[in-house]
Amino acid sequence: MNQPWWSNEEIWRKCAIWVTAGMCVVLILLTFDTVRQITAGSERVPDYTVINNRVFYEYDSERGYQVPRIGEPAPLFGEIVDEAEAEAMVTQGKLTVQAKNCMNCHTLLGNGAYYAPDLTKAWLDPGWVREDLREDLMVAFLQDPQANARTFGTGRRMPELNITEPEARSIVAFLKWMSSIDTNGFPRGFTPLKQGETM
Amino acid sequence: MTQATMDTATEQTPNPGQLLAMHYFVAAMVLFAAQIVFGVIAALQYLYPEILYNQLDFSVVRMVHINAMVVWMLMGFIGSIYWLVEDEAETPLVGAGLARLNFWILSAAVTVVVLVYLFVQIGPGELRSIWLINEGREYIEAPRWADIGIVVCVLIFFYNIAATFMKGRWSGISGVLVLDLVALAGLYLAGMWFTPNISIDQHWWWWVIHLWVEATWEVLVGCIMAWGLIRTIGADRRIVTTWLYIEVAMMFGSGILGLGHHYFWIGTPEYWLTIGGFFSALEPVPLVAMVVHAIYDAGRHGFKSNNHPALAWLIAHAFGNFFGAGVWGFMHTLPQINLYTHGTQWTSSHGHLAFFGAYATIVIAIIYLAIQKARGDVWMSGDLPGNGWRWKWALALLNIGVLGMTMALLVSGYEQSFIERALGGSTWSAYFQAQQTEWFMQGMYWRMVFGWVTAAGLAILLWDMLTIGRGEKRPVAQLRHLAASA
Repeated sequence: MNQPWWSNEEIWRKCAIWVTAGMCVVLILLTFDTVRQITAGSERVPDYTVINNRVFYEYDSERGYQVPRIGEPAPLFGEIVDEAEAEAMVTQGKLTVQAKNCMNCHTLLGNGAYYAPDLTKAWLDPGWVREDLREDLMVAFLQDPQANARTFGTGRRMPELNITEPEARSIVAFLKWMSSIDTNGFPRGFTPLKQGETM
Repeated sequence: MTQATMDTATEQTPNPGQLLAMHYFVAAMVLFAAQIVFGVIAALQYLYPEILYNQLDFSVVRMVHINAMVVWMLMGFIGSIYWLVEDEAETPLVGAGLARLNFWILSAAVTVVVLVYLFVQIGPGELRSIWLINEGREYIEAPRWADIGIVVCVLIFFYNIAATFMKGRWSGISGVLVLDLVALAGLYLAGMWFTPNISIDQHWWWWVIHLWVEATWEVLVGCIMAWGLIRTIGADRRIVTTWLYIEVAMMFGSGILGLGHHYFWIGTPEYWLTIGGFFSALEPVPLVAMVVHAIYDAGRHGFKSNNHPALAWLIAHAFGNFFGAGVWGFMHTLPQINLYTHGTQWTSSHGHLAFFGAYATIVIAIIYLAIQKARGDVWMSGDLPGNGWRWKWALALLNIGVLGMTMALLVSGYEQSFIERALGGSTWSAYFQAQQTEWFMQGMYWRMVFGWVTAAGLAILLWDMLTIGRGEKRPVAQLRHLAASA
């Protein structure tokens, strides 16, 4: 009868429809722009050939945090690869990361499980001691994580995942490429491997 | 009086949709038990990492833990909708034979997927592994063949529901429900493709995870809740429907762009910091509205209901949804805070309370409604044998258990973000340093203890579900009578 307008069923039905439709339109428009900006080869997500170059971290005073930079040639496993080969390597690396279920212990870009450390900046982690030793150490570790375990006293060891040498190399390529992604300063205050001394 | 109160008295036996729903509920509870068993193993592995090392590693255990949860909740939702569809549409289920076949195919597929998870576990770094073993993407690990199977099963389910409503009566609840199911099924497609680009991968992956859990699932339980309130306490349909529209407007109004709070750190542009921060901060608003709505309606009917366990679990849902999804989500949704908490035990603290509070609770509530009818529409209000101690203890232990795990994980999460991120410089050695601090380990210890409490609650819950109402001679309490005496 004298029902106030704000409790009217019909008004809220229309409101629900229009709000939902409006938000969907905004999301779709933003999605076009976002996908463009995160396609490999963009400013934020570099091309896969970045594995041919040195990737390092630099403080960006304008943005107020560290950002990845791409430096001089520093080929992975001593070999410059072309665009197709680089993409093939990163692709195999990503497939291996999925097939071995890495994400259910580790986080990648901060997403996954929390039983093992984040892999976003694995390539730049100071645990690898020196830039010139890093890639061989990584390949050796991935192939025999039990013997090369470094648990830092937690007792948590990576299990044996039957990773072959080509798979291990491709994972390293994937991790190197991933470290070059602009993650808006995540992880916060990251302290990279001592940089540039061996180059 | 409402429609619902009229037909309570007339339909004594479960209809075909409801008989099918019972199958889904049994499957859901089996998977719930599996979720808890694997959860307890994973909790133990944090404390004793040698347990099942190289046999059933944490990665496998945790994958089964979360996958069992996703699937049991989906099966619970599907069951709940089969349960209410004939009642809401006022017509028999369309394609009931196909629906029954669908259940067995889905159950067989889930069984095969879990057996492969447990006994094959991993494969070589080839597409073949993604197709046959596991996709290695959190929450939606199911291999590609199963993805396609799931889409087919969901389409059959959708056909059953939409066709039944089209043949029978449309209502506000069924309108929202059907549109929501279209979105829910469509979104799954966004998570089915391989790309080497991890940023693109996670961008679309969140379309499935976020737009399911924080948008379409929430609206789905809003529909189930609306129907549940009409059923348990005889709430007025017009008021319930109006509330449902308000909830949809607020839920999609905040939740769709709230997707942006997953786009802070995965390579996506900086404007998501603002958009994601703002809209996700609004996400608790509809959850407050849902609490107000449920409690107000229940209070208006003097908290008298024809099914006490179901009403108790519906109220647990309203609060659990608000605290788990709303408060715990809001605590770390702003980018300034999330920068430190993203990818730490904060997320698991939030995850435990949110999934339980928002979704487990309401599925349990609907199962109690189903059990009541399956046992012959018997009395399930006050004065149950033994004062209904089993359902009360199950309710208490499950809620205390999950809340305890949530608090314990929150302490660990605080430690981790403080020591690893704020002090340690986010390196691997900082990560491990944080994992060993006394307070982090205390959190992990108490999480295990409360995991046992949760397991005890589940055991009593299942016992109660198998026994409640058996041998009960009194008929169901009449809502008309309850409403009049309120």
